[in-house]
Amino acid sequence: MTLTVEQASMAHADAVRPLRQDSQRTAVAMKHDESEQTLRVSMLGTTAMLFEAPGALDLHVQRRIWTLAREVQAWPGVREAVPGVTNLMLTFAMPPADPASLGDALRDAWAAAGELQIEGKVVELPVQYGGEFGPHLQDVVSHTGLSVDEVVQLHCAPLYTVYALGSHPGYCYLGGMDPRIATPRRKVPMLGLPGGAVSIGGVQTGVSASTGPSGWNTIGHTSMSFFDPARENPATLAPGDMIRFRVERIAS
Amino acid sequence: MIEILSSSALATVQDHGREGYLRYGVGTAGAMDRLALAVGNLLLGNPDDAAGIEIPMFPFRIRFLADMAFAITGADCAARLGERQVLPWWMIEAKQGDVLTIGVPTSGTRCYLTLAGGVDVPLVLGSRSTQLRGQFGGYNGRQLQKGDVLKAIGASGRAALYGAPYAAGFGTVPPEHSLPAPQALPSADADQTTVRVLPAAEYEYYRPESLEAFWSEGWKVTPQSDRYGYRLAGPTLNATHAVEKRSHGIVPGVIQVPHNGQPIIQLRDAQPSGGYPKIGTVIEADLWRLAQARIGTKIRFVQTTYPEAVAALEELAGYLTRVRNLVELFRSSRH
Repeated sequence: MTLTVEQASMAHADAVRPLRQDSQRTAVAMKHDESEQTLRVSMLGTTAMLFEAPGALDLHVQRRIWTLAREVQAWPGVREAVPGVTNLMLTFAMPPADPASLGDALRDAWAAAGELQIEGKVVELPVQYGGEFGPHLQDVVSHTGLSVDEVVQLHCAPLYTVYALGSHPGYCYLGGMDPRIATPRRKVPMLGLPGGAVSIGGVQTGVSASTGPSGWNTIGHTSMSFFDPARENPATLAPGDMIRFRVERIAS
Repeated sequence: MIEILSSSALATVQDHGREGYLRYGVGTAGAMDRLALAVGNLLLGNPDDAAGIEIPMFPFRIRFLADMAFAITGADCAARLGERQVLPWWMIEAKQGDVLTIGVPTSGTRCYLTLAGGVDVPLVLGSRSTQLRGQFGGYNGRQLQKGDVLKAIGASGRAALYGAPYAAGFGTVPPEHSLPAPQALPSADADQTTVRVLPAAEYEYYRPESLEAFWSEGWKVTPQSDRYGYRLAGPTLNATHAVEKRSHGIVPGVIQVPHNGQPIIQLRDAQPSGGYPKIGTVIEADLWRLAQARIGTKIRFVQTTYPEAVAALEELAGYLTRVRNLVELFRSSRH
């Protein structure tokens, strides 16, 4: 919590610059990670619709998603507008009568959506990398060809932005990870991973907020309370907030 | 009030689910078989989304600590109230001290025990459903244990509504007799559960032979299947290229395919976002059928269209309206 918001934004700009320089390299490393995906609208059965923004996984696109979410939340028939990582899910109390025209309205709203600037807070999280609490650190090392120290340094260097909450109560999807440590999700999800697990899934990283299953590669552990249902605003962090990981220990 | 007599029964308090908190990462939870919970509530004159107890392990035993009307719906289980037999899809009144034993079902997997007035646990973020991952809602955010005591809302007044004319209780026709099962091609075996599926965004990424297998083969419900989701076993589903999606919102019914090619149907306790490719979505109107599919049996998928999926929801609403009308007719004739 030592950085001011202004410093944080500058630090973030530093953090995201290499990401764009390396976007081509990411595409190679991840084979078919959709690093330059196209705009898509699709239905999830009758209860939800998914909007996937075109372009790169970066903060500019995400800020437009925040704008879109804010606007669409007020549309009639929309129960909830749920931001994801450069995408937005709409849920409905009743199935929309005409999904195609709703999809068109989403495209129009996207075209008009500017970047929403949120002045979020900055949180520092001490992390124990590897060992008992980082069972898949070696898998990331094997996949990337980097050393343990290099993976840890690349992971804790950026100031990460909370792009969206999801997965489980209080969990944050973070943007800004160095693509050099991107590692595909596991072939089979793990059951019963403990809360506080710091993990990498594809080009993303995050921290689990409670014990549960996960398909990501767990590289470390931190302690933090991310959610309290008794609070009016139950989640500790919100989109636009920032996280910095600090190396507490690297276990082999 | 009732006291739980069974230990480690995996039973949970559930209502229709917690809506409106997906953007905080909070999944809906809620009854796996919403239809059975709704009917159990209607039989008792409760709002159809009142909280009940979802029971997936048998035998399940409780003791009534006060006179109370209750109903059992869902799986076809043999239940006894003391020495009396209790039929499924039936409401009846228990006396203080009565022990209710719900036995192993002959078909289906989940029973719903509803109480007149509805199970009284605190509303958390707008719902009484148990959020197991977040450890809140329901009864102290956890599964029920031996010795737990649960109240019904306004129990004392409610029980008086019933009384002598209801001594024998009354019931209704289970939905599987009222709502025709979807037809699979080739025809499903008797012990298979057929559900309708809308293709999802990554459907076309799968090889033709994988799509053929998806629609024509039976998909075994593995023992790693629960309220979070059903992990299925069958032919490997191969995509034309590996896909890593950016994490996005998902809903119960979405069928994801992890890289091992074995599909997972995400259900009520599933995380509300994910990134595995989606081959399809089991329609909302058929999730109650999935809820009653046993481990070891097979699921069959049949392709449907959006208008048909919407019509199927209306069919469910129509069934619930018929039950509601019948219950009101029965009650007014007894007063």
